[in-house]
Amino acid sequence: MTGLWMAVLATAVGCYALKLAGLTVPQRVLASPRARRFAGLVPVALLAGLTAVEALGHAQSLSVDPARLAGLGAAIIALALRAPFLVVILAAAGTAAALRALGIG
Amino acid sequence: MTDAADGPPVSSPARAARDGVVLGLVVGTSGLAFGAAAVTSGLTVAQACVLSLLAYTGASQFALAGAVAGGGSLIAGVAGAVLLGSRNGLYGLRLAGLLRARGLPRILAAHGITDESTAVALAQLTPAAARAGFRGTFASLYLTWNLATLAGALGAGRLGSPASFGLDVVGPAAFLALLWPRLREGRTERGVALAGMVIALGATPFCPPGLPVVLAATAALGAALMPGTPDTGGGQPA
Repeated sequence: MTGLWMAVLATAVGCYALKLAGLTVPQRVLASPRARRFAGLVPVALLAGLTAVEALGHAQSLSVDPARLAGLGAAIIALALRAPFLVVILAAAGTAAALRALGIG
Repeated sequence: MTDAADGPPVSSPARAARDGVVLGLVVGTSGLAFGAAAVTSGLTVAQACVLSLLAYTGASQFALAGAVAGGGSLIAGVAGAVLLGSRNGLYGLRLAGLLRARGLPRILAAHGITDESTAVALAQLTPAAARAGFRGTFASLYLTWNLATLAGALGAGRLGSPASFGLDVVGPAAFLALLWPRLREGRTERGVALAGMVIALGATPFCPPGLPVVLAATAALGAALMPGTPDTGGGQPA
């Protein structure tokens, strides 16, 4: 089995195990306000980190890709206008694609 | 992705199930974006589909695809993806009392826990409506998400250069869309998000790809241990 398949299966097992654990463990695990706060904030930190790294990261360096950043700008505008998820994605990809077709980025 | 929680609460099980089915159909189409992004990142069509069938949690799937595209450590990529899935564990804790599933039903119900099914279930006024909403969302989202993943993965393979279609922006735009409603919740969330970005970007030149995102989670630890920050989600003072 290749490393990629192992990563795919490990992700699937890990994600499912967390879901099942949530339904199974006693409710008092989150009794402490600090534990609850930490658990609630982890996705915020991770999603922000992911967005930043995928927007500006290029392997182990940071680089600015004007078309990609413009695409993210379009996503922000769509989000501010409360557009549905798929519209946000299409606005981002469409903006980047259009700028690249014009030779920008 | 959690718009269902914004509407007025409803309590009829039939209405809850219908709302869930509609939401699942709409959100599930974004599986197109995941399928395309996964294949563009270097995963095979089969690997993209197995992720949607078995992991069945969008943000984690996008995260793994992003780590594969970055060519970094797969272990860090898996760690980031699974850590991102930890919120489903929290959803499970909140849903356990509503679903009251045991044995095989619980094993099945666990698989159905996503942002969307949780939002629909928690928006209902009665446990019966919550269960109906959860099931309706699970059924329709699971079907749509997986069919859309397959279509997106097959379609991406036929495109020429992924960047010319803007597919490299799909991942970050998806993360931003998932993050957005949390940024509206308060100053703590916005502070944690900013710190997470700074940590991840600062660590990028020094770590294998994938690890900076895992390190960003320490931003949440800092905020949770800080005295005086308001409780998130519950509205109760700590």
